[in-house]
Amino acid sequence: MKITSREDLEKLRKEIIAKREPSRPIISVCVSTGCVALGAPKVMETLKTELKNRGLDGKVEIKETGCLGFCEQGPRLIIYPEEICYYKVKPEDIQEVVSKTILKKQIVERLLYTDPTTGKKAQKLEDMPFYKYQVRHLLENNSRIDPRNIEDYIALGGYSALAKALFKLTPEQVIDEVKKSNLRGRGGAGFSAGLKWEITRNALGEPKYVIGNCDQGDPGAFMDRSLMEGNPHSILEGFIIGAYAIGAHEGYVYVREEYPLAVRNITTAIEQAEEYGLLGENVIGSGFSFRAKVYRGAGAFVSGEETSLMSAIEGRAGESRQRPPYPAVKGLWGKPTNINNVKTWANIPIIILRGAEWFRDIGTKGSSGTMIFSLVGKVNNTGLVEVPMGITLRDLIYKIGGGIRGGKRFKAVQTGGPSGGFIPEEYLGLPVDFDELAKVGSMMGSGGMVVMDEDACMVDMARFFIDFLLQESCGKCTPCREGLRTLSKTLNRICEGKGEDEDVETIKDIVETMKETSLCQLGITAVNPILTSQKYFKDEWEQHIKEKRCPAKVCKSLIAYYINPEKCQGCLICFRNCPVKAISGEAGIVHVIDQEKCIRCGVCFQECPFDSVEKFSPPTPPIARSGIKVKRLTKK
Amino acid sequence: MSRKIKLEINGKPVEAEEDTTILNAAKAAGIEIPTLCYNEKMEPYGACRICVVEITKDNRTRHVASCAYPVEEGLKVRTNTDKIKKMRKTLLELMLPLAPNSGPLLSLAGINLEGETSLREKEHAIAQVVSTEKYGAEENRFKADPTDCILCGLCVRYCATIKKANAVTFVGRGTERRIAFVPEIAPYECPSCQQCYSLCVGGKITEAESQDALSMPITQKKLPKPKIPFGVTV
Repeated sequence: MKITSREDLEKLRKEIIAKREPSRPIISVCVSTGCVALGAPKVMETLKTELKNRGLDGKVEIKETGCLGFCEQGPRLIIYPEEICYYKVKPEDIQEVVSKTILKKQIVERLLYTDPTTGKKAQKLEDMPFYKYQVRHLLENNSRIDPRNIEDYIALGGYSALAKALFKLTPEQVIDEVKKSNLRGRGGAGFSAGLKWEITRNALGEPKYVIGNCDQGDPGAFMDRSLMEGNPHSILEGFIIGAYAIGAHEGYVYVREEYPLAVRNITTAIEQAEEYGLLGENVIGSGFSFRAKVYRGAGAFVSGEETSLMSAIEGRAGESRQRPPYPAVKGLWGKPTNINNVKTWANIPIIILRGAEWFRDIGTKGSSGTMIFSLVGKVNNTGLVEVPMGITLRDLIYKIGGGIRGGKRFKAVQTGGPSGGFIPEEYLGLPVDFDELAKVGSMMGSGGMVVMDEDACMVDMARFFIDFLLQESCGKCTPCREGLRTLSKTLNRICEGKGEDEDVETIKDIVETMKETSLCQLGITAVNPILTSQKYFKDEWEQHIKEKRCPAKVCKSLIAYYINPEKCQGCLICFRNCPVKAISGEAGIVHVIDQEKCIRCGVCFQECPFDSVEKFSPPTPPIARSGIKVKRLTKK
Repeated sequence: MSRKIKLEINGKPVEAEEDTTILNAAKAAGIEIPTLCYNEKMEPYGACRICVVEITKDNRTRHVASCAYPVEEGLKVRTNTDKIKKMRKTLLELMLPLAPNSGPLLSLAGINLEGETSLREKEHAIAQVVSTEKYGAEENRFKADPTDCILCGLCVRYCATIKKANAVTFVGRGTERRIAFVPEIAPYECPSCQQCYSLCVGGKITEAESQDALSMPITQKKLPKPKIPFGVTV
């Protein structure tokens, strides 16, 4: 059906809600990428058969939804209206879930989430520490919406912001509201969204374009794709409102081809919105027309950069070009173009509905609203988290993330993706917002957050990210291409224990040149990992270069494995597993590693059941004599 | 009639047409800024970054490529600070191993080639006219496989935008990026054209011809890889 007026939309909403019985149980199953990988499709299949067998077809609704963020605990079920959350659900649990929870309203205790620190079971989301401290405005509806059913979105008030903008506000008023909200671009640079819209609106040239950036290529980050997979209509609604405000009649949503579910869901969302008259000719009968297309990106990290992305849409290689002119003035096909991250677009309907004042009250003075981070690395709870700007890193990592895994010590957190800086322990009290992160040499980026523990070598980390960026540089400008190439060689050499004193100067010169002269942000920010690593972990650099040792025992060339004769039980496990036969020994005799043959693969270290294999970075212990009889451990 | 923009370059008041670049405004005022990938016949490309200058606007100072940055009212530009000189030196040092025989690079680096009888000397003679600036760049500070190409893109852009033949193009990405002649076009277009020869900064194009390579795509110039041991061994 086509919606041709604001009243039509409200009528439809009422009809959809009336059709639904509030008491009818709904089982919401996450079928987003993470849960699918953990076996959600099998769970879904079993659930459907189980309901059918029990004749509950139509009496219980199954909803295939997007991601709620706590992916490591998947597959996840939520049973409404009681909001009972089950985690790590296996197909064999389904029978019990249906017979107990659905039919008798009893809780299956063992499927509830257990707080590892207190041992308490959590029934609802807000009982879990992971969710308790979050403020979820963008991700909240992900468990209630089937992303491929527009009616679910409409039932929860969807597209009323669009109707409000089209019928109650002029384009200038929309821009004004967004400006007043102080919404800053969620792609990383944090430029005022409203101001950018205004510049694009006022720029000379027709037609104007809008672009939604869902390229997101940071290793270990999945906020943009999850939002796109879970609630594509929220992005689309913001997108249409933005187009109306800017005066654009054509837009592109740039999604990576590697995110098939995101591509599928946004494509379906666009089709459905067109079918309902919320997109296309004469949107909701307002006279405003707008077409949105999905552009599938070929998956180059640099294409997340705006000029590069536009170049890709135009059909050329994803290479950056000089700014100014900025896209707002001269963008896609030389026309004024407004490009925003999909998280920015998804914030728009909320701002239009609830007002700029309300939005500005969340977060800090300089950065308002919430931000979605993908919290990964060595924390107990990993996943997507949505928090108000200004939350401290400590709260994020310890309260939401549940602290460091295995009781280890926190070492650093990298914010903002591969070109973000490493923030050390002393800044854990730092409020997370655009300006504060920049002050310590890192950045907001598009929301990546990688936590490292004491086992991380910060020189190796810098090397890893420089190598990543070297792979992803487009190669157009000298400082980025040649600078990264030289930095990579130098850092790899340092990690191999072949560092020289003048390397420090070499790195300094190149880093300075790259930071100031690179063509686009890839090259400019690529130096952040090195700069912060050198600044906050100076000792480690000196130990690598001068003493040829790796204190975190990561860099292969700088470590050695030894078998502790006090602990070795002569079990031959390491002997059998060593791929290069570097371990000698026989049953009951202490094993010895031949340092000449050892390739430091660490297999013996992992396999030894008695923890007798130990890692050393110089000074190394004396090589043990062979032929010693083992000291049997007494069983405790 | 276009508007006149007032700005300041190296403390000197300069007036320039709207839409002019800093590079051209400086040139008109007799201030030299070195360039490599720039050619006035073509759109600025901004790849070599050697034309970097410092700009100050609204109390914010940063560095930009002058070949592509448009003049702005009240802009304060400095073209030759110590920091800029040092960055140009580093940029040259990064490019020199790619094109060790390049006249323009050697000239900007200020490498003295008197007494050399090789190709380098010949190139050097041409290079004398390029620039009076010398940045004291070391030739062998960094290592890379010499390809005689600094990827300035002059040949590619000239062939595409002026000659409209598209006989030479970029292939590969990142450090794999290189130029290649398009085998379906180059053998027919290039021998009678040769207009990109004089543009080539690194020397690859003339080398290509001397190797009779225009009949096939050039992938990698055949030069022995330098075997320089890295660092000290433990």
